[in-house]
Amino acid sequence: MTAVVVEALLKSAVLLFVLLTATAYEVLLERKLLGRFQVRYGPNRVGPWGLLQPLADGIKLLTKEDFAPAGADRVVYVAAPVLLMTVALFVYAVIPFGPEVELFGRRVTLYLADVNTALLLVLGASSLGVYGLILGGWSSNSKYSLLGGLRSSAQVISYELSLALAVLAVVLEAGSLSLVRIVQAQEQGWFVLRQPVAFLVFFLSALAETNRAPFDLPEAEQELVAGYQTEYGGFKFVMFYIAEYLAMITQGALAATLFLGGWHGPLLPPVVWFVLKVLLFVVVLIWIRATVPRVRYDQLMGLGWKVLIPVALLNLLVSAVLLL
Amino acid sequence: MNAEALAFYALAAMVVVGGGLVVQSRNLVHAAVSLVPTLLGVAGLYVLLHAEFVTAIQLLIYVGAITVLILFVILLTEGATGLRVPQRNEQVPLALVVSGALVLLLWAVLLRVPWGPPAGTLPPYNPGAVGRSLLMPYVLAFEVTSLVILACLVGAIVIARREE
Repeated sequence: MTAVVVEALLKSAVLLFVLLTATAYEVLLERKLLGRFQVRYGPNRVGPWGLLQPLADGIKLLTKEDFAPAGADRVVYVAAPVLLMTVALFVYAVIPFGPEVELFGRRVTLYLADVNTALLLVLGASSLGVYGLILGGWSSNSKYSLLGGLRSSAQVISYELSLALAVLAVVLEAGSLSLVRIVQAQEQGWFVLRQPVAFLVFFLSALAETNRAPFDLPEAEQELVAGYQTEYGGFKFVMFYIAEYLAMITQGALAATLFLGGWHGPLLPPVVWFVLKVLLFVVVLIWIRATVPRVRYDQLMGLGWKVLIPVALLNLLVSAVLLL
Repeated sequence: MNAEALAFYALAAMVVVGGGLVVQSRNLVHAAVSLVPTLLGVAGLYVLLHAEFVTAIQLLIYVGAITVLILFVILLTEGATGLRVPQRNEQVPLALVVSGALVLLLWAVLLRVPWGPPAGTLPPYNPGAVGRSLLMPYVLAFEVTSLVILACLVGAIVIARREE
């Protein structure tokens, strides 16, 4: 019993460290790549190739004044970013990074928990994240924040549906809601080959779920300043930021797990394959941000409700008939 | 007291305190947000009962969707946010009588039921089993429910578009 608890604690600690470091360097990666896409260097002053930039940014943000706008609802104002970041981290309790390995003479699984209904928990956690957006926007007592919060939550709620419908096609293929089982089912062939339509719907929905360009309307600078996080600063702002960038990694991890065969791949060790797939997904997201202009709000909602959801439903129906 | 009982009391406290805040808070947004710990606590109770599927559905539907919808409606209603609205009216005595009667009824049932471990082994419990029982023995109830929901949907659209 104690050994199990200690193992889970150790794994959680390592996972938290890896995730937070990865998020910090993801920001650097994005700034570097955006710089290159725009024919400039990006950050290159702090440490070699700017590698210490995330550290400098972190220290700067941590030592900032901890303020709240006048008229803000203090409790909710503080709770919103905490909630968003907690929920963003919670998903990793069920995401498998690799199969069982031998470590220090023990069989260790490279995931925290293999839950029967892992996929539903992931979807549920992402819908919990909406509270962070909506409450952060409301409690700031600012019209830009409120409008931004409402916009983000409307967007996330809408695209959650098409995301879930696309993912259900994978569940049909694998016959299980457990992420470990889904990865194991892809040993012979990745689901992206069997479910290309579902992958496309998933990809577009993931872009919108993470509020990334070209669907980053909640942060449309020209009209809403910075959306729901306008009135946030210091460490509370960092928590929003971490949650946002963590969401990109999460969608990458989900894409890798559900469609790209998870840890499966030739030659390299399983974990390396998983990380490479996630990294590829994140780089593509950044690439899209540098390339595609923002869409209009009605176009965004139209795409979600009138195109993606019907396509995903049809795809689900066809897959169900074919698999029966 | 073992760990399971400890977890149960912690979760139960979460549900009760959250529920109290829902009906007592004078700020509508606070009341709606207090639903979240209440429903999360119930999800935790499902975990204690080893009902993983129901837990996930509780999280997805009640915590993730319905409460968000309630919050959305409150935030979109002009002037309802930030106001201090009293949640009590002249029906307090009546409500007390009804809830008192309910407590008595539940108490009577609680004392009469012979509690103890059930005989035999539990049936296999997983999403597949739930799906099969929904589509085989309970298919009629399932379909009637979907009809009711469809009627609600159509009704909502008709009411919302009346002005045209």
